[in-house]
Amino acid sequence: MSVPRYWREIPRRSRLETVRCSECGTVAYPPRGRCGKCGSNKFENYKLPEKGELVTFTIVRNPPKGFEKMPPYVVGIVKLEDGTIITSQITDVEPEDVKIGMKVEAVFRKVVEDGDSGIIQYAIKFRPLIK
Amino acid sequence: MRKVAIAGIGMTKVDKHWKRSLRELFGEAGAAALSQTGFPTVDALIVGNMCASDLSDQNNIGALLADYLGFMPNTAYRVEAACASGGAAFLAAYTAVASGMYDVVMTGGVEKLTDGVGGNTTLSLGKAADAEYELFYGSSFVSLNAMIMRHYMNHYNVPRDAFADFSVLMHKNGARNPLAQLPFEIKRETVLESDMISDPITLFDCAPVGDGAAALILCPLEDAKKYSDNFVEVAGISGATDTINIASREGLLSFKSTIVAADRAYKMAHISPADVDVAEIHDTFTITGVLSLEDLGFCERGKFHKMIANGAFETGGVVTVNPSGGLKSRGHPVGATGAYQIAELFLQLTGRAGKMQVPDASIGVAQNIGGSGSSTYVTVLRRV
Repeated sequence: MSVPRYWREIPRRSRLETVRCSECGTVAYPPRGRCGKCGSNKFENYKLPEKGELVTFTIVRNPPKGFEKMPPYVVGIVKLEDGTIITSQITDVEPEDVKIGMKVEAVFRKVVEDGDSGIIQYAIKFRPLIK
Repeated sequence: MRKVAIAGIGMTKVDKHWKRSLRELFGEAGAAALSQTGFPTVDALIVGNMCASDLSDQNNIGALLADYLGFMPNTAYRVEAACASGGAAFLAAYTAVASGMYDVVMTGGVEKLTDGVGGNTTLSLGKAADAEYELFYGSSFVSLNAMIMRHYMNHYNVPRDAFADFSVLMHKNGARNPLAQLPFEIKRETVLESDMISDPITLFDCAPVGDGAAALILCPLEDAKKYSDNFVEVAGISGATDTINIASREGLLSFKSTIVAADRAYKMAHISPADVDVAEIHDTFTITGVLSLEDLGFCERGKFHKMIANGAFETGGVVTVNPSGGLKSRGHPVGATGAYQIAELFLQLTGRAGKMQVPDASIGVAQNIGGSGSSTYVTVLRRV
């Protein structure tokens, strides 16, 4: 992955920053160029909540190129406290212990390395909520 | 708008065609389709393909394939809509003929997946999803559908084993298809004991990786009578789209794109799901097949396993589903799949489907999904 392509997504992937419509307040994740609800093209920055609940998940055993060293790893869909739904990895837990409905929280983790000399990619993943 | 007919078709066997290239595969299908008609050439070539630029280092395949077929049409281009490339190309070709812009259009699809090396094929197919917000996290095309399947199982309390019956039925059908990639019957255990790819999806929940090409000749219905002995009418057609990112959907228990496209295509053809004799539906994975049955109006939600057990999707039931074996057994040469579905219905409605023939079939429906439901094309064909 090119450095600029990685760099420009840092607000979303590393800080859970996205946008919401300035007219009707609908949150867009990922960001959109036009509000799907009211049609406005005016947006303001919006910080997503860091806690949520696991909607569904899978344990990846046959990975795409670049993730060969990672399986088994868990990819999940999380519903955040404001209702926004987001895809990421579920981490810091044995894959067999992951359950639909479990409470999770955002945590900053490495995703993958681009070979020996490429960039190391980081992002927000979700782990079981520590009370 | 003019009425449009399909006047000829050609298909290669779906297989791992190690000895044959992208252009050779489409060349066989295209030449076969055109030779069934009295047309000397075509006005346009609109071909579906997803992975040629990734796996065969080839773009501009419209010009490549027209050149290989020995004609130089007014326009020749590729349509890419992931797994729905074939269906999307068909809609573009239909529009070109119906509008009166062109009289004879060759459409279809071609895919050469076995030119991919290592994980390249998985990566290329994964590109149907959102690269920055799904693939970035290590999702594959299988894993996104696996999440949909687990959600379905949890919501309806359907056991994993029930999905195996869908694969068993597809292989039972595909065993009768001379062009199928996997023309053999399987047992429930084959599915349940095969390798886990992305929980809960096992290898035999998945359509196989293979190569193939299918071509179709479209022309005005009026001309079809003059130029072909066998033709069918395109009675209804529509596409519909949804968010590319599955997390952004209104829900994961159905594909809205299928529901909307089917509703529009059925209305255009003045039919209801109950009128359909034979359907070629999009079953990339067993869960995709099940959602398609429900979204097309053939199956009560959450009850597919009971309906399969009752023979609802075989001849004599609600509708004959995938007599070709579907994506699961016939195979899924991605950008060609939508064209295969329509070509197979053409054989059914002209009474030439051999051992796969559904008796007296007069209405056929093809449903071709792109991505994990980000677009769907539904086509209704009518016997003339």
